[in-house]
Amino acid sequence: MTKEFEPRIVGILCNWCSYAGADLAGISRIKYPPNVRIVRVMCSGRVDPSFVLKAFAEGADGVLVSGCHPVDCHYIEGNYKMWARKVMLETMLQQLGIEPERFRLTWVSANEGELFKQYVTEMVDAVKKLGPFQKPVNWMTELLEHERSLGTAVQEIAAGGGVGE
Amino acid sequence: MSDKKLKLGLYWAAGCGGCDVAVLDIDEKILDVAEVADIHFWPIAMDFKYKDVAAMDDGFLDVCFLNGAIRNSENKEVAELLRAKSKVLVALGTCACYGGVIGLANFCTREEILETAFKKTVSTDNPEGIIPQPVSEVDGCELHIPEVYEAVYKLDDFVNVDYYLPGCPPRAELIAKAIDAIVAGQLPEPGSVLLPAKTVCDECKREKKDRHVDEFKRPWELIPDEEKCLLDQGLVCMGPATRAGCGAACTNVNMPCRGCYGPAEGVIDQGAKAMSAVAVTAVSTNLAEMEKVISQVKDPAGTFYMYGLPNSLLRGRQMKEAK
Amino acid sequence: MSEEIKIGVYVCHCGSNIADKVDCAAVAEFASKLPNVTVARDFQYMCADPGQELIRKDIKEQGINRVVVASCSPRMHEPTFRKVCESVGLNGYFFEMANIREHVSWCTEDREAATEKAKALVAAAVARVPLQEPLYERYADMNDRVLVIGGGIAGIEAALKVSGGNKEVVIVEKEPSIGGTMAKLDKTFPTLDCSACILTPKMVECAQRDNVKLYTYSEVEKVDGYVGNFTVTIRKKARSVDLDKCTGCGLCITKCPTKDIPHEWEENLTTRTAIFTPFPQAVPNKPVIDRENCRYFTTGKCGICAKVCPTDAVDFEQEDELVTEDFGAIIVATGFELFDPSVGPQWGFGKFDNVITSLQFERMVNASGPTKGKVLLKNGEEPKSIAILHCIGSRDENYHEYCSRFCCTAALKLAHLAKEKTNGDVYSFYIDMRTFGKGYEEFYNRIMSEGIHFIRGKGTEVVERKGQLLVRTEDTLLGKYREVPVDMVVLMAACQPGQDTEKLAQTLAIQRSADGFFLEAHPKLEPLKTATDGIFLCGACQGPKDIPDSVAQGAGAASEALSLISAGKVKISPIVARCDEDKCGGCMICINLCPYTAISYDEEKKVAVVNEAKCKGCGTCSGSCPTGAMTNTNFTDEQIMTQIEGVLAV
Repeated sequence: MTKEFEPRIVGILCNWCSYAGADLAGISRIKYPPNVRIVRVMCSGRVDPSFVLKAFAEGADGVLVSGCHPVDCHYIEGNYKMWARKVMLETMLQQLGIEPERFRLTWVSANEGELFKQYVTEMVDAVKKLGPFQKPVNWMTELLEHERSLGTAVQEIAAGGGVGE
Repeated sequence: MSDKKLKLGLYWAAGCGGCDVAVLDIDEKILDVAEVADIHFWPIAMDFKYKDVAAMDDGFLDVCFLNGAIRNSENKEVAELLRAKSKVLVALGTCACYGGVIGLANFCTREEILETAFKKTVSTDNPEGIIPQPVSEVDGCELHIPEVYEAVYKLDDFVNVDYYLPGCPPRAELIAKAIDAIVAGQLPEPGSVLLPAKTVCDECKREKKDRHVDEFKRPWELIPDEEKCLLDQGLVCMGPATRAGCGAACTNVNMPCRGCYGPAEGVIDQGAKAMSAVAVTAVSTNLAEMEKVISQVKDPAGTFYMYGLPNSLLRGRQMKEAK
Repeated sequence: MSEEIKIGVYVCHCGSNIADKVDCAAVAEFASKLPNVTVARDFQYMCADPGQELIRKDIKEQGINRVVVASCSPRMHEPTFRKVCESVGLNGYFFEMANIREHVSWCTEDREAATEKAKALVAAAVARVPLQEPLYERYADMNDRVLVIGGGIAGIEAALKVSGGNKEVVIVEKEPSIGGTMAKLDKTFPTLDCSACILTPKMVECAQRDNVKLYTYSEVEKVDGYVGNFTVTIRKKARSVDLDKCTGCGLCITKCPTKDIPHEWEENLTTRTAIFTPFPQAVPNKPVIDRENCRYFTTGKCGICAKVCPTDAVDFEQEDELVTEDFGAIIVATGFELFDPSVGPQWGFGKFDNVITSLQFERMVNASGPTKGKVLLKNGEEPKSIAILHCIGSRDENYHEYCSRFCCTAALKLAHLAKEKTNGDVYSFYIDMRTFGKGYEEFYNRIMSEGIHFIRGKGTEVVERKGQLLVRTEDTLLGKYREVPVDMVVLMAACQPGQDTEKLAQTLAIQRSADGFFLEAHPKLEPLKTATDGIFLCGACQGPKDIPDSVAQGAGAASEALSLISAGKVKISPIVARCDEDKCGGCMICINLCPYTAISYDEEKKVAVVNEAKCKGCGTCSGSCPTGAMTNTNFTDEQIMTQIEGVLAV
């Protein structure tokens, strides 16, 4: 019997609301699944869609971006800008074969520790159901292995998460 | 005399051949090239065999321009061969540099592509449903053809590339300039892209003003104003996220940029950057309205990765089936 | 940057707060094997003196040049550890924190899982910290003059307070006189003291103080710069009267042959001349020529005013003048305007002669007003019954959703004055009586005892039947539809943003809320600030306000401005956006994204330029920069992506 699949989810949180909300969850000793690893940015408006793709490319099973509620953004409307990207990114991820449950944009304020727990729990449960995210890069690994078995000279690609730079 | 001449090789891997035509488009400049260089390998123009290349000493060719992506085992084999035989290897054109248009194949599995190509198109006549296999038996003999890979790769996934000259195709002047630079020995740091550091917006003369889009449109839905920025007019233009060098060729003729010259210097994922820049032009404080406007861009992945899917962070679609 | 990276990692137990759930020694052991790590320790309390000393010692003795502390939230102790680094000469931004308390030990049940998560966060910090760059706080000079835009009671109060703090202040007022709406009022609630009696001394003081400069009949044309260093272009509209020469004798006004121009300041209840002062107590009490209606300007003939002027002050050749002044802070006090009830035909305003606005009634009851304080119908007779309709354009989803706040109490005041002046029947049609202020409810109780008829129901329609005005309402207390015949109807029109609010918002680069008023930085904690540093709000330009609130805000905004400029310099945060000109393609996507207008476009270089004094470092521009030219210091693409790699390394 193998160990239960424990997804690794990258959480990208804005400093003023969601990161503080996650802090509050801790301060309130609210227990939630340990699967979300948090990266702090000043504003959800800072979140470049490349960060989300980077997380998947590095083997994340899900990405949770969280900012201030609409109207509450510390920088007035950075969260609306992230929302615009999110709308397009969702379609793009779907086209790239990534299930919608693996990416989520939420609003969590500094006093919503419970809500942060809820979002984390929901996401972890959903991703557990999906299983691990399979990088398209796997094709490359398969290919390299195939070539190796043929004994053809192959330029080794640096080990680690990605191929290429 | 002739040993002082540059030894040149050109090869066409998985691509449309447009890059080879672009080389010819340097027109009378080709005579200058002939003056300073001998072409030792150029299958599209002259009859060479792979064995001729294999017979060369390593590093025999001074420069090799390789266009096209790596789609099958033949592409890769020749790429490796040419790498060994060339002092300088230039990835010519977007397919070799970033995967190019044919990289869009990475939205599908190999099986899906072969099924479509050999069974499903309207013009296919294949009653037995035969799909070519790398190895097959014909009259008791084993027949080998190159193996189609699971995905499309860019050249530097397999071999070390010295210079990149993207473009679909690269403008003839840029090729001529590159040859001049090689002849003069004035090449930049290996690994460089032989293009200006700026982006298409820098070369585009249109007036950028509103930076706010109320409605995204497809190019056929309007005749754009020729003075105003196309993005401001609601057309998805990749100009902001695309390396300069083309002279804004598309926007000059009233068509939005589709990103063929690849990402800006240092950008890891051109499509993601372009998408982020385009999406925020529709920002408003009405989430539902924003969703409506942004959803008018029907095929973001296909639009923003039209020329660079194999060069993107994910390289293609996640394939559950490939397990 | 060829210096060898030496990272010191310090895993804090926080007593048992972290150590209970995280195997700190194992995390330190794990960290010691990560690239570039020279020392990795775990310690009881990193934030306490011995912990801090540990870091200092390693920096000094082991040449540690990057520091990672795994402890509590950076929102708690990031400044502490930055200071520790700086105390021994290491830049504070060569420090990174991994939050293994709030985000790990306190929220995780399982010790093994917690330890693993802590390792991931430490790995991310260790991966990131070599990419961090030294950053420095900087300071810009501060101009200590203050601009007040708008010379109503809020602006006057703000200006006098700033002036009292011994700083120079300039008031720009678009009308020919300061005074604002308050100057038009007769009595003020709830004390019913005379408005002019309490306002005019303040107006005069503005004119008399040496360090207060007035630009009346002037508007703010352009604002450049940033907090501490605003350069403001002011348009002084051609007044056609030389203020230095004019003594305000008023002879020109009495001799002006054009006397039939609707008097805006009197709410068009009377007429005025082409050369005029808006009201007798105007400051400056000097006339202005209304060029659109002046015979000299329309026909080229006349010029009587110039001929009669004893000081030769009339100047027909005068042109608009642009003056440029520098300020450290700007206070916006542009007030409000009244909702135009003719927008809604149901109220009959503009259709029936004796349907008037609250401000018209206010002028009527004013002893110095057009009727010398008499309440009169159009035909010159005194009305026997008056209806006062609340919430005209307020609390109405067709016009303004918000409550205009002061009109209920103002309506009570007008009801009292109507009763006092006419002794007729006075009806008050209200939805709810909102008498929120100090002494207002008591005032309501007092007015209720004066024999006013209060009808709880909105006056929904005013119609005329056989020459008789009828107010229609649903009396919600009686549960009955009613029609009340009256001679005069007073509409308590809503308080709404002035017409030039939008333009001024653009000029100042400040935001407006959905209701159109200027937006404060925070609805509770920063009611006087805007999102743009150095620009403050007071009075009704931010939302409906009565006089006490406007005065309080005026003084408050002055205090904000004084507190800012008294610091003497502007601190510029090191976390900002920076644009790499070599990479920027000049696409201008970022420019609209910045809510602080910190990014501008250099036409010559064709690149985006960041004003770091205006930038707040949110990084939204870099999140959508298609070339990677725009970076967010301490949060660069590379740093964040490496951190993402790091959290996934375990």
